[in-house]
Amino acid sequence: METTLAIVIGGLYAISFYLMLRRSLVKLILGLMLFSQAVNLLIFTAAGLQRGQPPIIPPGASAVPTPHADPLPQALILTAIVIGFAMLAFTLALARRAHSGLKTDDLDELRRGEQP
Amino acid sequence: MKLELVLPLLVPLGTAIACLFASASRTVQRGLSVGGSAGLLAAGVWLLRAVDHRGILAVQVGNWPAPFGITLVADLFSAIMIVATGFVALAVSIFALANLDAERERYAFHPLYHLLLLGVCGAFLTGDLFNLFVWFEVMLMASFVLLALGGERPQIEAAVKYLTLNFISSGLFLTALGVLYGKFGTLNMADLAVKVSAQPTGAALSSAMLLLVAFGIKAGVFPLFFWLPASYHTPPVAVAAVFAGLLTKVGVYALVRVFTLIFTGDVPTTHGLLVWISALTMVTGVLGAAAQYDIRRVLSFHIISQIGYMTLGLGLYSTATVAAAIFYVVHHIVVKTNLFLISGAIAHVRGTTGLKALGGLYRDLPWLALLFLIPAMSLAGIPPLSGFWAKFALLQGAVAVQGYASMVVALAVGLLTLFSMTKIWAEAFWKPEPDGATGGSRGAVPGAMLVPIVALALVTLGIGFFPGVLLDYAARSAEQLLHPQAYCEAVLGRAP
Repeated sequence: METTLAIVIGGLYAISFYLMLRRSLVKLILGLMLFSQAVNLLIFTAAGLQRGQPPIIPPGASAVPTPHADPLPQALILTAIVIGFAMLAFTLALARRAHSGLKTDDLDELRRGEQP
Repeated sequence: MKLELVLPLLVPLGTAIACLFASASRTVQRGLSVGGSAGLLAAGVWLLRAVDHRGILAVQVGNWPAPFGITLVADLFSAIMIVATGFVALAVSIFALANLDAERERYAFHPLYHLLLLGVCGAFLTGDLFNLFVWFEVMLMASFVLLALGGERPQIEAAVKYLTLNFISSGLFLTALGVLYGKFGTLNMADLAVKVSAQPTGAALSSAMLLLVAFGIKAGVFPLFFWLPASYHTPPVAVAAVFAGLLTKVGVYALVRVFTLIFTGDVPTTHGLLVWISALTMVTGVLGAAAQYDIRRVLSFHIISQIGYMTLGLGLYSTATVAAAIFYVVHHIVVKTNLFLISGAIAHVRGTTGLKALGGLYRDLPWLALLFLIPAMSLAGIPPLSGFWAKFALLQGAVAVQGYASMVVALAVGLLTLFSMTKIWAEAFWKPEPDGATGGSRGAVPGAMLVPIVALALVTLGIGFFPGVLLDYAARSAEQLLHPQAYCEAVLGRAP
């Protein structure tokens, strides 16, 4: 399972960086989106995978049974998903605004504002 | 509960919320904003005094014990940064009263400004790497909106670049956290420091490099600085000044924190790399500035070259050089904010900051010319101003660790900085105004702009004439940073 996920994560990183290096604004946003998902998966996998072992104390016992899924990375990912969602919402709004001003999808056009 | 430790977070948060509720009235919002900034400065001074008297303070939020819960920690370095933040916040919030149009103020400038300060203070106070990520995001979210607020076309274009690079930086930061957690099972900085030092050298190197890139993008070091000169000249000066003064320093703070506390196992590799990066940052920044013909763009490039001095102090890694870096950070926050504010005052009077269209400012506004000279000469390192002592302390520290090559670079870059500052002086202040200049308003500089400029200039002079106070604080903070036992003990409640 770890191997499969590692390959998936590597693939997602590669795709997202490829998309970000394109000149199109839409592909840039798709790249950023995939990037944040890849990072979340990486945290999930790097922290170790446990199947079907929730960190819940069973009735009658006083401690969590010992192989159990670590709940902390899941909490981290949940936070990261929320933050990523907010960032993405802002990015989309900004991209729409940039597009309505520029009338083009080409990121090289953004250079014009930079001339001294 | 140690109130002085939480207050620098509660004050900006409370101010931001109060400003939101007062969004109907511009006057009330302005009063709240200036009052909140003054409150932040007061809270910072209180915190500094408390840390000074009682040593490193730590609070476990919600009483969850150290490696599990969120920890807030303040050592001298954090406290000094909070005071500097409060001071800049107050100066810029007064300046903003004269600089911002009604439109921007109606669309929530004041609440966003205080949320930005909340993020900055949170980053300085947290003791947990994931929490640091969250504070970074709070700060970034506010800065995205502040940068784009107003919706002028150059602003939107700048915001796209700024947002993309910062998005990538955050992603790399999270990647580093995932790898670190996988290896060490903790993200509490003090706990990490203990666990990383127990492992063989190099176990944490991959995370160290990922964090170096992530924080390097935020700090604007070579070769990751391109977003900075592409975006900092587009928003209103009040926004640009607080960005220039504070945001890159948060990146520097994070670098100093992790590379003195956690990643100290392989100093020749990590810190040796930092020295190279610093030298290249200084040189590219100052050469980039030489090619620019707009005051704000010149100043933006100079942020980069000055960041190089700070990371150089960290890279040489001795108590003296880290102390010099801390001194440099404080000096630069004051001076750079002031230079940006002055560029705003020039833009207010002349309607432009382009050097080719400016001229004759010395004849029209000799006082402003004098006020420009103080931070400009301080930035270049002319004695007896604050920048001289910052560079002097850094070079003195570099001699002690035989960093001669970096000394030569630092001195040469200082000379080129002087060239850039004299260029602004000669073009904007000294040469006669070119024929057919755009004109713009010819009025005087409003009082709300003058007060913060004068106050920041006085602080520059104060640090210059009495450097001992800040040098002493910087030396003691560096002592704490390079001997992290006390820090770990304060957080974990036991000796490591």
